[in-house]
Amino acid sequence: MSATEQDLQLLAGLAANDRQAVETIYRQHYSAIQTFILNNSGSVEDARDIFQEAIIVLYEKSKSDTFSLTCQLRTYVYSICRRLWLKRLQQLSRYSAPADHLEEVVPVEEDLEEHEKRNADFVLMEQAMSKIGEPCKSLLDAYYLQKKTMQDISAEFGYTNADNAKTQKYKCLVRLKKLFFAQYKNA
Amino acid sequence: MDDLLMLEAVERYLRDEMSAEERAHFEHLRRTNPEIDQLVVENAYFFQHISQYADRKALQHQLFEVEQQMVEAGVIAEPHPTGKAKIVALWNRYKRNMAVAASIAAFVSLLSMALMITYTQRYGNENIELLVKKIAETNQEVSKIKSAQQVTPSANPAPKVDYRATGFLIDGNGLIVTNAHVIRQMKNIFVENKAGQYFQAKAVYSDVNSDLAILEITDTAFKTISRIPYSIKKQNADLGEPFFTLGFPRNEIVYGEGYLSAKTGNKGDSSAYQLTVSANPGNSGGPVINKQGELIGIITAKDSEADGVVYAAKSRNILTAIEALRSQDARFENIKLPNNNDLRGLDRVQQIKKVESFVFMVVGN
Repeated sequence: MSATEQDLQLLAGLAANDRQAVETIYRQHYSAIQTFILNNSGSVEDARDIFQEAIIVLYEKSKSDTFSLTCQLRTYVYSICRRLWLKRLQQLSRYSAPADHLEEVVPVEEDLEEHEKRNADFVLMEQAMSKIGEPCKSLLDAYYLQKKTMQDISAEFGYTNADNAKTQKYKCLVRLKKLFFAQYKNA
Repeated sequence: MDDLLMLEAVERYLRDEMSAEERAHFEHLRRTNPEIDQLVVENAYFFQHISQYADRKALQHQLFEVEQQMVEAGVIAEPHPTGKAKIVALWNRYKRNMAVAASIAAFVSLLSMALMITYTQRYGNENIELLVKKIAETNQEVSKIKSAQQVTPSANPAPKVDYRATGFLIDGNGLIVTNAHVIRQMKNIFVENKAGQYFQAKAVYSDVNSDLAILEITDTAFKTISRIPYSIKKQNADLGEPFFTLGFPRNEIVYGEGYLSAKTGNKGDSSAYQLTVSANPGNSGGPVINKQGELIGIITAKDSEADGVVYAAKSRNILTAIEALRSQDARFENIKLPNNNDLRGLDRVQQIKKVESFVFMVVGN
């Protein structure tokens, strides 16, 4: 069975950072995942963790240009979570054959490989951000994460005008870039 | 500054904030100048990662909020326990397997404990790094060149050096204390004094448990030294007591200072102290001397996992060693331990000047 109209709408919502879509995904799919993980020597905490990561994978997928979903969302989420959890179990060397005989599974290895690459990049950027120091961190946070305008930022950080704030922002970016690429080469 | 302008230009370009004219100019630059194009690509890549980072952060934040909400709404909940019956059934089903597994586990743990006891007595501790310096060929070349330059009046030609550590005199006739692990790998032992003279030495005492060894300089070129400036402390030193040490992590004497951070050594070893000081391969066997000029310990090893955690054998181990030596060899029956406190009241630089000539580089192959 392929993706339903509702599935595709949900993913479009997810890609647009629509909170309602995230809530719906939780309501529709979380409990099945929790059951699977609890039946396979995991805890509720594990289930929450894995489900979060699966949504991140879904989010990345829905935002990519080559996005397509060739199965039901339910099957896809289940397949991702299953793969992520088996991998986690393997790392903990607690692997045992999973107890799921009735669920349909689709291959998700490629998507997860892509996800891991992004994860690694994310960690690099996070490390670079953590090394950059203040006021750069707060400044870049305000602009890129909280998406504040330069006017707001210059008022908040006490710059005389938006242009000064802007110059400061680019100085910070130069530093961030250096840190990021330095780690990138090391990684 | 160029970097800065470039970042700004690329960001505006990516965000479509350039005027048509500006955009055309920028694109023309890219086409005609491959270096600029390269920079644009690099910066675009960087911005792409920033925006992915920002997106991910925002999503994580949202997920966290939604999760909280779902916990409140009861979508995420601990399942009710399915009752005892299942557990009992499982127990009945698997108890034989459990019994087998438990006995295997018990056997394996006993076996591994026995192995551990056999192999890790003293040297096998994985988190302990003994501080003998293994010398590479190139290093040795450097040292040869150096000593040639110094034109030192060498009593002996420089020997082949594979290992380097530290030792210090406790008897003017040429008894030197160092670590047992230092001499373990050496076939030929030499000591080098401050003037760069080498003397042949041999081990007359070695004890793995306290990790102490005593060397005797057998070389006839060695002249008796009259007065050793430090005394050997018989009691335990106090927690927090500051000290200094001299050693040969390099081919040259190196000074270090620190404080006594615990009254026992690795894994509660009561014959050793824990020190906080910087020590490196080559420092093994170095004297640990307190402010009053009393020798309180001998550096032995450092913790390879923790920073600045160094272990030192307590000085009273030297007394035990001397005791053993006296009863073992008639030649040593009358040796006395140094009991001078020439260092008391001197400032550190003066103390070092006095001690320096009693600290030897222990080398061997």
